[in-house]
Amino acid sequence: MAELNNNKGKTTPRVDLTAMVDMNFLLLTFFILSSTLSKPKAMEIVMPYTDDEMTVDDQNKIKKDVALTILLSKENRVFYYEGIGDDPEDPPHVKLTAFKDVDGVRDVIIDKKKSVERLIANGTLRASDKPTVIIKADTNSTTADLINILDEMTINAIPTYAVVDITEQDQEFVADAEETYNLK
Amino acid sequence: MEKKRGQIKKKDTFIDMTAMCDFTLLLLTFFIMATSFKPEESVEVVTPASTSTKEIPDGFILITLDKDGRVFYGVDNINAKRSIIDVVNDDKQLGLTEEEKNIFVTSSSIGVPFTQLKGFLSLPELERKKYLDNAPGVPVDTTAGYATNELAYWINLSRQYLDKGGRIAIKADGSSGYPDVSKIITTLGKQKIFNFSFITDMKGIPPGTALYEQQQLSKQAAGNPE
Repeated sequence: MAELNNNKGKTTPRVDLTAMVDMNFLLLTFFILSSTLSKPKAMEIVMPYTDDEMTVDDQNKIKKDVALTILLSKENRVFYYEGIGDDPEDPPHVKLTAFKDVDGVRDVIIDKKKSVERLIANGTLRASDKPTVIIKADTNSTTADLINILDEMTINAIPTYAVVDITEQDQEFVADAEETYNLK
Repeated sequence: MEKKRGQIKKKDTFIDMTAMCDFTLLLLTFFIMATSFKPEESVEVVTPASTSTKEIPDGFILITLDKDGRVFYGVDNINAKRSIIDVVNDDKQLGLTEEEKNIFVTSSSIGVPFTQLKGFLSLPELERKKYLDNAPGVPVDTTAGYATNELAYWINLSRQYLDKGGRIAIKADGSSGYPDVSKIITTLGKQKIFNFSFITDMKGIPPGTALYEQQQLSKQAAGNPE
């Protein structure tokens, strides 16, 4: 720092810059908190093609062995069953799980993937068959449930999944399962 | 200060704060120049988290859904908004003044039906903010008719003025009900839009899963050629 040393015995006035630094930090904090560097992240969704003119026959038939149906209900409950549940003679066994990292929906999906691989290995399914997940959400579920289940699809690399409207039959399944598990 | 004999003499230390001051001013200059103010949101929404790291391209249509099921509509392109408000004014005969049209172009999202649009745009800024807290939101339902489903009308109109139809982004609150988000998805489906995005918070990829392994493989592949 340059200093003038012409003072005859008087001490040079020293400016204490502490206050200046404090003010700078305050300004810095303000600008950091009120601005944004990053754009919001987005999760891309592809919904199945639907048309009012389409009939049920036009839609792809899903094989029972590859399908896993997931029903989303209130309070972040996740019910699931194997297959598509369209056989009245053979009602599906509905089980309850949750959005947990261990012993939750993720483990159910991983087990399904392994069982499909086993069926392909022993010849029951063709090599081109992939695990399919059908997601049905009832009126009491939330957007967070929907996004969590779609995220699980990406996390477990499920190639084929679809979000469809819940049927009355599925709502009955949910009601029966709630009784079985003693939920309100 | 008393000094006893034998005590070490205390020295005052003068720290020269010039360097610290320069450094903070440099940081400040960086933040002022390199960032932009966070865009004003019409309504507070807490989005759920997902592992996706893709970003939305510019020029997107933003549909905001708050936890009470109200729908707000915005477009991220000022020139497109200018054309859109002109067409809406002529079509719905709202009688908007130039000033009100400018307010539409510079505001972030609209949450009122067409009948209340002129009233909303003519309010001064503070009252507009208060109005948004209780605004009814843009009417949506599951039909394809523009008379009742105003969201469908907005989307159809805006897509004509955006590049390649514009990307649709839905910013939904985590606790909003599924029926509300389903109405939006159905509206998009009736317009033959099956590709859209949900805006989400960030979440790390859990280790041991298929996606984690994919990420590791792509990191290795990126590291190998180098």
